Amino acid sequence: MVHSQTDLEFSPPEPVAGEDPTAGTKGRTPVSGGHLALSAVLPGFGHLVRGEWVVGMVFALTWAAFLGVAFIVWDRIFGVFGGPRTPFDGVLAVGTLGALLLVVWGGALYDLAVRAKRPVKRYGDSQWAIATRHFRRNRIAVAGLVVMLVLYAVTLLTPLIAPFDPAAQGDIVQTRYLSPSFEHPMGTDKFGRDVYSRVLYGSRISLSIGFVAVGLSVLIGAAVGSVAGYFGRWTDTVLMRFTDMMLSFPRLILLIVTIALFEPTIWLVVIVLGLTGWMSVARIVRGEVLSLRSREFIQAAKVLGMSDARIILRHILPNTLAPVIVYATLGIGTTILIEATLSFLGLGVQPPTPSWGNMIADGRDALLTAWWISTFPGLAIVITVTAFNLLGDGLRDALDPRLRT
Amino acid sequence: MISYLIRRLLGAIPLLLGILTLIFFIINIAPGDPTARYFNPNVAPEVIEQMRRNLGLDQPLHIQYFRWVTSFARGDFGNSFGQMRPISEILPTVLWNTIQLMLISIIIIFVVGMLIGMYQAVRQYSASDNFLTVAALFFYSMPSFWFALMLILIFSLKASQWDWPIQFPASQMTSVGYEFMAPGEKIWDRLMHLAMPAIALGIGSAAGIARYMRGSMLEVIHQDYIRTARAKGLSERVVVFKHALRNALIPIITLLGLYLPVLLSGSVVVETIFAWPGMGRLIVDAIFQRDYPLVMATSFVAATLVVVGNLLADVLYAVVDPRIRTE
Repeated sequence: MVHSQTDLEFSPPEPVAGEDPTAGTKGRTPVSGGHLALSAVLPGFGHLVRGEWVVGMVFALTWAAFLGVAFIVWDRIFGVFGGPRTPFDGVLAVGTLGALLLVVWGGALYDLAVRAKRPVKRYGDSQWAIATRHFRRNRIAVAGLVVMLVLYAVTLLTPLIAPFDPAAQGDIVQTRYLSPSFEHPMGTDKFGRDVYSRVLYGSRISLSIGFVAVGLSVLIGAAVGSVAGYFGRWTDTVLMRFTDMMLSFPRLILLIVTIALFEPTIWLVVIVLGLTGWMSVARIVRGEVLSLRSREFIQAAKVLGMSDARIILRHILPNTLAPVIVYATLGIGTTILIEATLSFLGLGVQPPTPSWGNMIADGRDALLTAWWISTFPGLAIVITVTAFNLLGDGLRDALDPRLRT
Repeated sequence: MISYLIRRLLGAIPLLLGILTLIFFIINIAPGDPTARYFNPNVAPEVIEQMRRNLGLDQPLHIQYFRWVTSFARGDFGNSFGQMRPISEILPTVLWNTIQLMLISIIIIFVVGMLIGMYQAVRQYSASDNFLTVAALFFYSMPSFWFALMLILIFSLKASQWDWPIQFPASQMTSVGYEFMAPGEKIWDRLMHLAMPAIALGIGSAAGIARYMRGSMLEVIHQDYIRTARAKGLSERVVVFKHALRNALIPIITLLGLYLPVLLSGSVVVETIFAWPGMGRLIVDAIFQRDYPLVMATSFVAATLVVVGNLLADVLYAVVDPRIRTE
């Protein structure tokens, strides 16, 4: 009852941006060909000339930063293609750098050429546009998104920007247990490997495993939840009892049982993480489906003779997307934590491949003499998971009409 | 109420059976064998074969399963393959060790989490509220094993290096010479050993509770009856702790049941790091040794703890919310 009241309070349409719908552009001065040409040569300068300082500086500085990175790693870029065989991750890194430069360049041009000329909207926004507007206003959540994007950019660029090879041991007697210095920003470990480079390379595991595992659990959860909610009766009972059963058992113990008994490989870890994480999604989706099932548009679809599969896939699931997205974002954070825990216990990624979890485990035996080995990978985990949690919280606030302020 | 509890307990039986069946088949389908560690050029294959027969591993899977179910139903957990003694001898001490750790942890989680959440809700959008929100998220996003290592590093290793007045022991349950201490000293010693594991185990969940508590308290504190209470001239303390807290507690109490599996998961890691001889470590050791009966027994205890915790949450729910009691 309380909820329906709050829903009513928010039912008036969102205000339409801009006051005079006939103004033509969003209050921006008309764009001349000179601005466009300048922007095409130096991204952001077209904005600066027009007096749009903030946007212009952002574009110009980002462009300069990426260009700077490109110049610093110039030799490595050629090293990638010059060697006897071309490493895949190196090509990916060069491609990423190119793509980033292209995005900034194109973004500046697009903003001037298309967005500045776009007329003010006369009608209300779609649900997603409203959510986007709410999300943008939430500074902390945007910060989380930015940190996440930076982390992914760094992960992709790792082969170009890592100062050392993650497996290079150097002269082990002289280079082991070096405390953080200018040459080794995070010190070296017991084999003389550079911790900073290893943290960079370790980010690959953490950042990719979360997406794949959560993607898998979202697929399973959506399937189970929608089938249970849509068909009801004994299907619902059986599936939901099974969900409850899986939910009531400590997840880590189930993971350890499964992984320890088989050979721990990265794929096994991903799959088992996915198979043990779908229960919350199933519950969320089922709840949404139950409330959608009796709506008119579903009944209309049934009357039109659509198949059950089509109704579920085309009409029901898209409407359950919002809470699932929120859960998935928060779930990626949790999954990264669990993967790190498994690696720490020696059940995840196997050494010598660096992952944040097994690096922390490595530093355990020299905790007092070399605190940096365990500390920095842990900080990396905290920053990553915090970014995902901030993003998830922001998405929840933006996507749930009841939480919008 | 009592009939409700009995119904819930009976409903938990298929749940437990399902979980254990799942685990039974996972561990038996997986490659590997409990006798694998005896493989050795000096051991004749016939001896290994005899060993498998003694342990009942030569039987087909479904016979093993029914044997195991019937003995479990009679309350017989069987013998541990690794330690070669009855599991009913091993479990009680180990379980008690874990329960000590979890109880202290739960107290920390709920007291600290709720106090912080209430403080934040009362001062919504103040500087301290924002700071605590960020701090809670920070601890919420922290891997517990890393936090445990940092605690050991600072409050145990560095503390003894720098001669701090308070130093916490880095591992084990007792100090050397525990047997010769006076009763009061024994309790103090145990508490000192409990402090760091319990904090490491609970900090993430405490941050989670604080986040929930803030939301649930905010929902309550803007309601009319709180305004009435304030208008009556009640002190802020009475309004917050007596009127608002009771309604804000209702959603929090269900979390008790949800956090038990999390705590059990966490205890696996924390017990490994702090060398705490509890269930979590026992489970991990049993899995690595392929000690099938011990894996089954510890899983059973873990699942039972969760079921009991959920029941406890239901009972507390009824205590806090009179609407449930009358139904």
